Amino acid sequence: MASPSDQSVYYIPHNGWYPVWIAFGVFMMLAGFGTWLNDVKAGEAATDWMSFAGLGILAVVLFFWFSKVIEENQQGLANEQLKRSYVWGMGWFIFSEVMFFFAFFGALFYARNFAVPWIGGEGDKAITGVLWPNFTAEWPVMSNPDNTLFPAPHESMAAPGITNWVSYLPFWNTVILLTSSVTVHFAHTAIKDKARGKLIAWLGLTILLGILFLTLQSYEYLHAYHELGLTLHSGIYGSTFFILTGFHGFHVTLGTFILLIQFLRSLKGHFAPKDCFGFEAASWYWHFVDVVWVCLFFFVYVM
Amino acid sequence: MARLVAGFVLALMAAGAGADELNMRRGVTEISNAVYDLHMYIFWICVVIGIVVFGAMFWAMIHHRRAAGAVAAKFHESTKLEIAWTLAPTLILVAIAWPATQVLVAMYDTGGEDLTIEVRGYQWKWQYKYLDDDYNSEVAYFSNLKTPQDEIHGRKEKGEYYLLDVDEPLRIPVNRKVRFLITAEDVIHSWWVPDFGFKRDAIPGIMNETWAIVPPDKAGIYRGQCTELCGKDHGFMPVVVNAMPEDEFDAWYAERLQQEEVRKEALSKTFTPEELMAQGEQVYGTYCASCHMPNGKGVPPVFPALDGSAIATGPREDHLNIVLNGKTGTAMQAFGKQLDAAQIAAVVHYERHSWSNNTDDVTQPRDVIEHMGQ
Amino acid sequence: MSEVVVAGHDDHHDHGPDKGLARWLFTTNHKDIGTLYLWFSFLMFLIGGVLALVIRAELFQPGLQFVEPGFFNQMTTNHGLIMVFGAIMPGFVGLANWLVPMMVGAPDMALPRMNNLSFWILPFAFTLLISTLFMDAGGPNFGWTFYAPLSTTYAPETVTYFIFGVHMMGASSIMGSINIIATILNMRAPGMTLMKMPLFVWTWLITAYLLLAVMPVLAGAVTMMLFDIHFGTSFFNAAGGGDPVMFQHIFWFFGHPEVYIMILPAFGVVSQIIPTFSRKPLFGYDSMVYATASIAFLSFIVWAHHMFTVGMPLAGQLFFMYATMLIAIPTGVKVFNWVSTMWRGSMSFETPMLFAIAFVILFTIGGFSGLMLAITPADYQYHDTYFVVAHFHYVLVPGALFSIIAAVYYWLPKWCGRMYDESLGKLHFWLSFIGVNVTFFPQHFSGLAGMPRRIPDYALQFADFNMISSIGAFIFGFSQVFFLYIVIKTIRSGKPATDRVWEGAHGLEWTLPSPAPYHSFTHPPKVTDAEAHS
Ligand code: HEA
Ligand code: HEA
Ligand code: HEC
Ligand code: CUA
Ligand SMILES: [Cu+2]
Repeated sequence: MASPSDQSVYYIPHNGWYPVWIAFGVFMMLAGFGTWLNDVKAGEAATDWMSFAGLGILAVVLFFWFSKVIEENQQGLANEQLKRSYVWGMGWFIFSEVMFFFAFFGALFYARNFAVPWIGGEGDKAITGVLWPNFTAEWPVMSNPDNTLFPAPHESMAAPGITNWVSYLPFWNTVILLTSSVTVHFAHTAIKDKARGKLIAWLGLTILLGILFLTLQSYEYLHAYHELGLTLHSGIYGSTFFILTGFHGFHVTLGTFILLIQFLRSLKGHFAPKDCFGFEAASWYWHFVDVVWVCLFFFVYVM
Repeated sequence: MARLVAGFVLALMAAGAGADELNMRRGVTEISNAVYDLHMYIFWICVVIGIVVFGAMFWAMIHHRRAAGAVAAKFHESTKLEIAWTLAPTLILVAIAWPATQVLVAMYDTGGEDLTIEVRGYQWKWQYKYLDDDYNSEVAYFSNLKTPQDEIHGRKEKGEYYLLDVDEPLRIPVNRKVRFLITAEDVIHSWWVPDFGFKRDAIPGIMNETWAIVPPDKAGIYRGQCTELCGKDHGFMPVVVNAMPEDEFDAWYAERLQQEEVRKEALSKTFTPEELMAQGEQVYGTYCASCHMPNGKGVPPVFPALDGSAIATGPREDHLNIVLNGKTGTAMQAFGKQLDAAQIAAVVHYERHSWSNNTDDVTQPRDVIEHMGQ
Repeated sequence: MSEVVVAGHDDHHDHGPDKGLARWLFTTNHKDIGTLYLWFSFLMFLIGGVLALVIRAELFQPGLQFVEPGFFNQMTTNHGLIMVFGAIMPGFVGLANWLVPMMVGAPDMALPRMNNLSFWILPFAFTLLISTLFMDAGGPNFGWTFYAPLSTTYAPETVTYFIFGVHMMGASSIMGSINIIATILNMRAPGMTLMKMPLFVWTWLITAYLLLAVMPVLAGAVTMMLFDIHFGTSFFNAAGGGDPVMFQHIFWFFGHPEVYIMILPAFGVVSQIIPTFSRKPLFGYDSMVYATASIAFLSFIVWAHHMFTVGMPLAGQLFFMYATMLIAIPTGVKVFNWVSTMWRGSMSFETPMLFAIAFVILFTIGGFSGLMLAITPADYQYHDTYFVVAHFHYVLVPGALFSIIAAVYYWLPKWCGRMYDESLGKLHFWLSFIGVNVTFFPQHFSGLAGMPRRIPDYALQFADFNMISSIGAFIFGFSQVFFLYIVIKTIRSGKPATDRVWEGAHGLEWTLPSPAPYHSFTHPPKVTDAEAHS
């Protein structure tokens, strides 16, 4: 038997109970969530235990799984090559996330540049306008083709002129996220410098910025719902706005959570200059979330 | 194997020879002829490429068999050859793309029409509206499948135009450019008349346009089907077009305009219960029976029974309400948009007095109008 | 749990598999997982096939015979979904699991636990999907392409489960692809440069990229459906400024690359088999690699050829027509290379070779009809008729499916150490070959004559061809049950196979003993020229 620290050997775990339980947890969670949604739609009492049970299984098993991987790494089982596998894995996972957002951005482009003008009687398929005589194309759409089915918002989230950005929340959100990308980078440098105190400070700051972003974002959603009349129901503008910012917000939440775990690990002193993949993966993810936001800010708010 | 493949090529050739059940229809319009020629042109190109490629393969399989003593050569690349067989297909493709582009451009030439008709797909029937210059409907009617259920379920022998027959076809004049505006009410359908050489999707909330000119000597009936999956009875919504000589068409159209007047008058008439039942049975048979079934038993749980249903035996307001406005999110449509008050009155009256239902009210067109006014 | 480093330097104690059910539930071994994938794929193929037989039975004659139209639509939809996501895709992932580590000289897949997860998500996802067929509202009935609004506003409530099922399949494919990419890029034995990799590995590398690029887009599409159905958005509803056609654009941005996901690995398989039985190296290896990459690239810019009838502007129609036609060029390069490999070889015709040759011929016929469909004005006539059904079954059944069957005959002796019965294999081939053509060739004719797809009943002039097609389907279907018998017989009582198995075989997998040891290459093998790309 090779010794656990033999770095020429690619470590293959013999077997593991985690994955099959994860699959089961996901199944419970989604089947449960589907039932829940269908109950709500049918106006019946919601069956929600199943999705929570699934989520619970997922959380517990993931905890064990990641603990195990971290433990194995601490034992020195993970050699350079295995870590490269992790790097490839994380990199391409982020690529797949990019494509997920791409679908929503694609929807935004299509709606703005094709569907809305056509319905409004402009462009190559202007004839469609015959069906919607009262609709005029504009973006953001402030009056829907059918305002009884989809009540239009009173006001949009579009950015004011650049001189007024000081009082424009999404602008500050952009600043916050961009800053957090910098702070997480400083945390990384701190690992390289073996400066644990600095690492903890910078990472902590990053997490706080993430939480601040999320708080402001929730505030903005409440504002949209209560004061602007901008909701999921308010036509294609609201639909694209909320799906893009919503999924981004979901990713920030996840990212913050992952950073939090890295924070706990740095408290335990897990990272070394050459052995900090967990941290690096988390920070790539964070940068990715940041880049998505910049695109969002540009395409959803400013343009 | 060689023989089998040869068999295919032969079958393909038979198709090429143009036997009716084997090949695309030539159709009647200039466009459909152009499309047919294009189809045959690509087809023969593929056959020739196929003969060359498969020919080489079979030659090798026969002559370069180990069983025939063949010894393997060692070559495994040839830049010249590889360039050649990249370029040759490229040229062939250009030769296909050129005529294809021309036909397509011709098809997109929609202007200069003599008549505009809106084609609207519903689950599971077509509505045709003859529009004036401001896109207002002058004459409108539905076109429903006419094949009886008995034929579909094998209780009666199937007729010649099984599944391809409607109660009232779309009528168009020959020799005039007819522009079709195509859309749908509920889900996506697709309007296809093979003899006109196109199909175009009918998309709810979106308008598509296309056109056809039937040559003067080609008056006749042309049949097609809905070609986009649109739910349960997607297979049962044929398209039938009657291309009429111009004078016949004009006469028919004038008559239809007259009927519109009569129809408007019916809205203020009072009918006897017998008249309502007779008219109602007919409306029910065409518009409702496909879901609620002729015996009123429906197909629970998807399509509720009307026989004994709380709504069809309860307050009339609720009954009128669901028939006029439908129920969003279910297959029950807003029939207020499809039927006039006289038809609604008749079918509601019919439903309230058929099977085991027996309410003591009579529903007249004015009741419906009154309800709509509220 | 005993987690042990499996490989040691001077240690020949090989850690074998666990016993019983735990072996399959908890395994991290690429061969076990490959086996699971392959059996799962076969099970799904039988289920999807039975649904196809329901379709063919109903269409045997005009008139409604056995099923209601609503149920027929569920059959069509689930047949398509199960075959695509349950049979073909997992089939190829199974092959990749078995073969990629052996072909590149690796001990296992790069991320073994995640490998187990990718597989085990699938049975759950399909349980969710198939269970809807037994619910009151009925299963998905809107076609495997689930166009809105038939799949949103007008869908049965079970569509929610369908959506989550698709999310799960997407997650499985994404993890599977990441694993394959990491294995190929990171686990190759020293000397196994990219341009020495067997073509099967190359085609899978490119396929994995395709999957990573498009599965998330599919997830995005179903997510938007979920929001339209449950949260009041209007992505696919013109009344709120959306557009049902937008759904189709997003779907086909996934859907077209998806069909190449189902054919590129098949190209890989055939490129392994033909050289072996021609006893001659693959002709034009480099151009094969470039052609595969070109096909993958082009697959992203042709999607709207499925939507020629939705009424796109002229410029769009022309662009998508031209781009689609271009795919014939790299695909042609492949076909010509295969023929040239056979040319002046010393061919023998064992079962895998028969399936591979049938692949080349019948796939090419399917490609020709694809090219015809690409011609926009002509597609107005072909679209949504049985001509399209004929096209895609020619590329999928004697295409993708035959390549999987060929692969099983070709590598089964390596996997289980036993040889299949050659005459039974040949019988299976001829039954399948005849069955598949009798089933799908007549569909060209019914399509051209105007028979729409997805209908439970049809006009009388289509009767003859439908009857022939139905007979063919039953022949083909039962021949696959025969295949099951052959495989089981081989595993249980086949004659022992040699290590190299085939006289003309090259590649690292053939340097391992038959059956291949539980852990493939515990020491990185030396890559000689003879065992490099064949
Ligand atoms: C494995 C799957 C697979 C493959 C490989 C292909 C390959 C191709 N397909 Fe197909 N296709 C499907 C699966 C596949 N398809 C499916 C499932 C559908 C229907 C989806 C649905 O609606 O449900 C479909 C539908 C479909 C349509 C839409 C039809 C419609 O709905 O109206 C079109 C239109 O362009 C098309 C085109 C093509 C083309 C041009 C190729 C090309 O890649 C083919 C290229 C190959 C060749 C051309 C042969 C070899 C080449 C030579 C020998 C060189 C010389 C040749 C020439 C110069 C001609 N396909
Ligand atoms: C991906 C691969 C794939 C494969 C392999 C197949 C395989 C087959 N398919 Fe198809 N098919 C599709 C993909 C595929 N299909 C898709 C994507 C669609 C479009 C769906 C849509 O429109 O939405 C489609 C649609 C489709 C239609 C059109 C339906 C319609 O438009 O209404 C038809 C009709 O003939 C058909 C037939 C068949 C047949 C006869 C087979 C045969 O090859 C099947 C062989 C049969 C068996 C394998 C059964 C074996 C089992 C037994 C004999 C019983 C034993 C039982 C047990 C042991 C439990 N398929
Ligand atoms: C495409 C299918 C379809 C057609 C055609 C159809 N209906 Fe319905 N109908 C439904 C469905 C589905 C419901 C159930 C709606 C719900 O969920 O409440 C329904 C409900 C009803 C009800 C209420 C029954 C009850 O007890 O809940 C009445 C009355 C009714 N329909 C009358 C009609 C009439 C009159 C017509 C023809 C003019 C008609 N329907 C045509 C599908 C249809
Ligand atoms: Cu209407 Cu299909
Ligand atoms: Cu395609």
